[in-house]
Amino acid sequence: MAGSSKQTLKLNLKIWRQEGPNEKGHFMEHKAEDISPDMSFLEMIDVVNQQLIKKGERPIEFDHDCREGICGMCSMVINGNPHGPEKATTTCQLHMRKFKDGDSIVIEPFRAKAFPVVRDLVVDRSSFDRVIESGGYISVNTGNAQDANTLPVRKENADLAFEAATCIGCGACVAACKNASASLFVSAKLAHLNLLPQGQVEAEDRVLNMVAQMDEEGFGACTNTGACSAACPKEIKLENIAKMNSSYAKAKMKSRS
Amino acid sequence: MSKKLDSKVPSGDLQEKWTKHRFDMKLVNPANKRKFNVIVVGTGLGGASAAASMAEMGYNVMSFCIQDSPRRAHSIAAQGGINAAKNYPNDGDSVWRLFYDTIKGGDYRSREANVHRLAEVSTSIIDQCVAQGVPFARDYGGYLANRSFGGAQVSRTFYARGQTGQQLLIGAYQSMMRQVDKGNITMFSRREMLDLVVVDGKARGITCRNLVTGEIEQYAADAVVMATGGYGNVFYLSTNAKNSNVTAAFRCHKKGAYFANPCFTQIHPTCIPVSGDYQSKLTLMSESLRNDGRVWVPKEKGDKRHPNEIPESERDYYLERIYPSFGNLVPRDVASRQAKFRVDEGRGVGETGVAVYLDFKDAIQRLGKDAVSERYGNLFEMYEKITGDNPYEVPMRIYPAVHYTMGGLWVDYNLMSNLPGLHVIGEANFSDHGANRLGASALMQGLADGYFVLPYTIGNYLASTELNKVDTNHEEFKSSREEVTSRLDKILGVKGNKTVDEFHRELGKIMWEYVGMSRSEEGLKKALEIIPKLREEFWNNLSVPGEQNYKNSELEKAGRVADFLELGELMAKDALDRNESCGGHFREEYQTPENEATRDDENYCYVAAWERKENSGKPDWELHKEELTFENVKLATRSYK
Repeated sequence: MAGSSKQTLKLNLKIWRQEGPNEKGHFMEHKAEDISPDMSFLEMIDVVNQQLIKKGERPIEFDHDCREGICGMCSMVINGNPHGPEKATTTCQLHMRKFKDGDSIVIEPFRAKAFPVVRDLVVDRSSFDRVIESGGYISVNTGNAQDANTLPVRKENADLAFEAATCIGCGACVAACKNASASLFVSAKLAHLNLLPQGQVEAEDRVLNMVAQMDEEGFGACTNTGACSAACPKEIKLENIAKMNSSYAKAKMKSRS
Repeated sequence: MSKKLDSKVPSGDLQEKWTKHRFDMKLVNPANKRKFNVIVVGTGLGGASAAASMAEMGYNVMSFCIQDSPRRAHSIAAQGGINAAKNYPNDGDSVWRLFYDTIKGGDYRSREANVHRLAEVSTSIIDQCVAQGVPFARDYGGYLANRSFGGAQVSRTFYARGQTGQQLLIGAYQSMMRQVDKGNITMFSRREMLDLVVVDGKARGITCRNLVTGEIEQYAADAVVMATGGYGNVFYLSTNAKNSNVTAAFRCHKKGAYFANPCFTQIHPTCIPVSGDYQSKLTLMSESLRNDGRVWVPKEKGDKRHPNEIPESERDYYLERIYPSFGNLVPRDVASRQAKFRVDEGRGVGETGVAVYLDFKDAIQRLGKDAVSERYGNLFEMYEKITGDNPYEVPMRIYPAVHYTMGGLWVDYNLMSNLPGLHVIGEANFSDHGANRLGASALMQGLADGYFVLPYTIGNYLASTELNKVDTNHEEFKSSREEVTSRLDKILGVKGNKTVDEFHRELGKIMWEYVGMSRSEEGLKKALEIIPKLREEFWNNLSVPGEQNYKNSELEKAGRVADFLELGELMAKDALDRNESCGGHFREEYQTPENEATRDDENYCYVAAWERKENSGKPDWELHKEELTFENVKLATRSYK
């Protein structure tokens, strides 16, 4: 509330620390004091880091960039939830007023075979880039395009494609899945491109190649628990996975005939 | 001695220049393109589109970014839209009108020929993006939708809800990844460029740090492209992403590239205000809110009552009072400055006193809550998420924030800096927006440069320049490596008591106070006195924990702040040199009694391009001027009365 002064929080943090990809990690306990409820979760970590540096200790490494919920760089599993407990919210948009004085908070990196830990809370998500590289695009060279309005797109399809395209590639879906499956991420890209007329030419190759690459990167299989969609900060829908499975089956049959 | 800068603008009619130039430029034979290596630093709209397009043409491209994936570059956060002179709404738009609006919006401090070319290629950008599958907003007939933006009198803005930057960047990123798959681009993520390598006067490579292993890596090429964005984070708090920084551009500047118009910075009036000392960044709220919200502060100084308890008669709707005809819709710079004046008077609101109210009470009464929610619902939600306040019930608190930097490395018409081989595109260069950028034009410029300008002009450079074979064993690479390593050693060796963030915040406060929204000779002189002192303290009392040879974010930040500490001084110097008010640069001495900016076309119609020098171990700069000539547009005073 404007004009009133707020009470600060004391928190018991358990934070994952790991020197490098091949080192053994451990939880560090830290008592965070004077945490303003107006801070974002990442600003709370900033404050903890300043305290650690002042004490001569190594600050916590974590990924972050835009801090407005769109770049997909921030990660972290907070109390068992990728991006924390708030629905449709990235870690950078999670604010400390959602926690209570005296709360214990466990902070871990996204965990998946295809996302190896780099250091502390930082993981390597380049597997996602390689999945896109395998077919997540429309092959049109610069200069090839015709006038934009020569290709009308049904509004319904345009809107569905847009919804799928809002994926920020953060990897929360993988971290939330007990099998570390990337199906939500891959299917969102397939839905985005395959729903548009521009994407038709390569639709079948796209689904075969991207699914093959997803498997090669070591992501697990989908068992339809829906944990991915529940954790997704952009609320990408589970039905995209159903669409992917159906178009994969069709394309696979066709490629064998 | 001041050098005359050659902008290399082709001769002939404005409308014919680019067409003629494309014909006059030398071409690289298709079979020879793969023999050329090009380095592109940065993967935002400019860098990604340039890398993809050049790779498609056949060049060997090496692409670098500091994030974990090229898709995360800060272009992704752009909300509003992208301008293009398509004239789909049939409302009288044209290339000429977009050109004219951009020149005027830039307060007559940009280069006519560059801006006209930008307007010309704007239409091809939309075609290209749609072909890539960018999901722009469409109407029920399936055709592309447009909206008006930032005071333009035509609807020329294409958009994808409030996420236009994200969708355009993903389009460019996907095109880039396609070329990675084909082997035409080698992608280097989590790398930070720390030096430009110049051999025989030409840009021939970069030295960078692998941010995961800490190793120093070097790459040689025939040309280097900087697409590294703006320098708004010199203010510490801005709408820029945390990793946005000036280091790569500044390293080029230190190697001889001129820095142009550094004082031209854009302050956006409607951002969520700072809530405490821990604040790490500022979030923009769309300017459209001023269509229905009323801006006010209490009449009395230090009135700490809850806003809803302050009666109408004790509120000062100051924009409506001072500008009765434009009211809350005055231009960005005026709205920003007036908010600052109220806060300086002690009439700011909220816990910190550094904010003003933006009130929707009257709009809700007039239109109903549902109508307001339909227009601004998502913004209200975002505001509530960040502040915890419900804007349907309590007035929003807003305050201006640094948003975009018009200045950047100096480039000629070919987007090449004064250092041969070093090309600069997007926000990192200075060329298209003059002293003020119009809304929805940043995305347009990034993609124009990357898709449709640089891929042509770089070919001309490569085809017409004698380039000896150079590899990373060259002496210049060795000395660059030594320089970079010893600088990192120096940073780690200070072992003082203040953290990087403490220095950065302190610099930000100085910049905001003296080189921010409103500047004066006295304030700028003060800044020029205290910034070097802060820099000296930085090098004597900095505390950076850890070592070089692994991921060390504090070390990364320290190198960037070291460069901001020099850039800040240069910005103050440039602002002091420019004895006029124009666009985003407002000098208190040069205003009308109604607080309107007073431009001085007779003496300051030039691009200020600064060459870096050393003066007994301290940074110093020499000014070179590129005179701006306007052959097609008549210089006039912007007026909102």
